[in-house]
Amino acid sequence: MSAVTTTNLRYIYGAGTPFEAAALDGTDFTAEEGAFIGIVGHTGSGKTTLVQHLNGLLKPTSGTVVLFGKDIWAKGYDIRAARFEAGLVFQFSEYQLFEETCYKDIAFGPKNMGLSDSEVDTRVKEAAAAMEVKDEWLTKSPFDLSGGEKRRVALAGVLAMQPRLLILDEPAAGLDPSGREMVLNRISKYRSDNNVTILLVSHSMEDIARFTDKVLVMSDGKVLLYGDTEDVFAEDGVLAEAGLALPQITRLALLLKRRGINIGAPRTVEEAAKRLLSL
Amino acid sequence: MLKDITIGQFFPGDSVLHRQDPRFKLIESIIFIAMLFAAQNFTAIFVATLFAFFAYAVGKIKISLALKGLKPVLPLIIFSGVLNLFFITGGELLWQWQFISIYENGIETAVFMVVRVVALIAGMSLLTYTTSPIMLTDAIENLLAPLKKVKFPVHELAMMMTIALRFIPTLIEETDRIMSAQKARGAQLDTGSLKVRVKALVPVLVPLFVSAFKRASDLALAMECRCYRGGEGRTRLRTLKSAAIDGVCLTVTLVVAAAVIAVGFVPWII
Ligand SMILES: Nc1ncnc2c1ncn2[C@@H]1O[C@H](COP(=O)(O)OP(=O)(O)OP(=O)(O)O)[C@@H](O)[C@H]1O
Ligand SMILES: [Mg+2]
Repeated sequence: MSAVTTTNLRYIYGAGTPFEAAALDGTDFTAEEGAFIGIVGHTGSGKTTLVQHLNGLLKPTSGTVVLFGKDIWAKGYDIRAARFEAGLVFQFSEYQLFEETCYKDIAFGPKNMGLSDSEVDTRVKEAAAAMEVKDEWLTKSPFDLSGGEKRRVALAGVLAMQPRLLILDEPAAGLDPSGREMVLNRISKYRSDNNVTILLVSHSMEDIARFTDKVLVMSDGKVLLYGDTEDVFAEDGVLAEAGLALPQITRLALLLKRRGINIGAPRTVEEAAKRLLSL
Repeated sequence: MLKDITIGQFFPGDSVLHRQDPRFKLIESIIFIAMLFAAQNFTAIFVATLFAFFAYAVGKIKISLALKGLKPVLPLIIFSGVLNLFFITGGELLWQWQFISIYENGIETAVFMVVRVVALIAGMSLLTYTTSPIMLTDAIENLLAPLKKVKFPVHELAMMMTIALRFIPTLIEETDRIMSAQKARGAQLDTGSLKVRVKALVPVLVPLFVSAFKRASDLALAMECRCYRGGEGRTRLRTLKSAAIDGVCLTVTLVVAAAVIAVGFVPWII
């Protein structure tokens, strides 16, 4: 079964004002259950707009969104159910924290789901552990943490709802290298532990290369390319036109291919080394 | 959504109104308000409304935009209409049911009030639709300049207004984003009882205030770094200049205002 499918999605910001602009212009896209999918595209290509449709935050101007087999804008569907099925972590999610303590903030989502206190408690503890939120932070005010620490608390706040589809909009932006590494590794581990589907919006092609199975390339509100990460990476001409730069090692491999040494479009240095050695 | 509020927004353009000296536009707007309150009968208010339509045409702003802008204040308009409808007595009794009664004068006053309020809001919106906030505060500072003589902090006031106006769109955007983020965690912001909804505002207001204060302190720091000291001896990037067209617009406005007042004094016109 597919986790989420959009058909012919169109969305217009500021309809009826002189600022009218189509941010999505006929987007068709399917995410298979259990996949780790990267979403890339230049600034303003419609990535954030697209992911906000998947949990029903934005209502499409036209087109449909089918989440785990159900049309979320059909009559009789409670849109809040979509929020819990598809957990969305916003760009700069640390700005959404508001509670007195981190514990309470992480518990906000599960509480809204109407779970019992003991269930909320286990979920908070699990989510905190999954994002390496230290026990002593839980009793602290989120405003006393550093930016990167806040980010992890915010991520835990969404994980605690245990969504089957986890959507992350630039979860690692603005973090230091080790913070990036930790957050992405944790997300990847969370996925394999719980068998959830992940959509990762990112500007870092290196991160996309290392973690994803498939990549969706957006350009001007349309799907430019969608397929297995390696196949998409092989289309370096199209990607360059969309303003995206491949990881250095992939570029090197594609240049080698032009000179007759075909090792495909490896994503990491290790992969490239392995393939080169086996030639 | 919050984005749909068009009151106070500026829509850049190149019409005569857009190019007019903001000081004149401000004065014309004040004359328009005076006109609406001076209008004594239906013909007078009709003339004033017609003038507003004319101004929208000159400014090349769609009337539909102004109507959209009215949406948030609709409850207020309806309330004032209904209040007048039921509480004004006089003239013929048209309809009665238990303690509710509607008189001829009630209907007249209600319609009159609604037209007046709608025209008022539409007129003020036109001012902001066609004038950038910066221009508007420049105009206010310029017009209030004589008050500097009595030690009134005109420049500081104008600066505060500029900053406030500048940050309204930013804060709206921010509010929208925070609301989305909390809704993504299942917050119920638009359904439920009043108590539920008021409580649901906490997750929105706390982050909003935190970031607004942070923004304010960042801005203060940035201004200080550039040695901002206030009005004394500062020159301007834009100087306001009036042209012949400004005089023409002002004259037209004054003539219409005179007509509106005159019509009010003619006894046989309704
Ligand atoms: N709230 C809004 N009001 C009006 N237009 C908007 C709004 N949000 C986005 N847009 C417009 O819609 C288009 C798509 O924006 P979106 O935020 O989806 O891009 P993005 O791919 O997420 O970009 P980034 O990589 O910078 O985050 C842009 O052209 C943008 O100007
Ligand atoms: Mg974005």
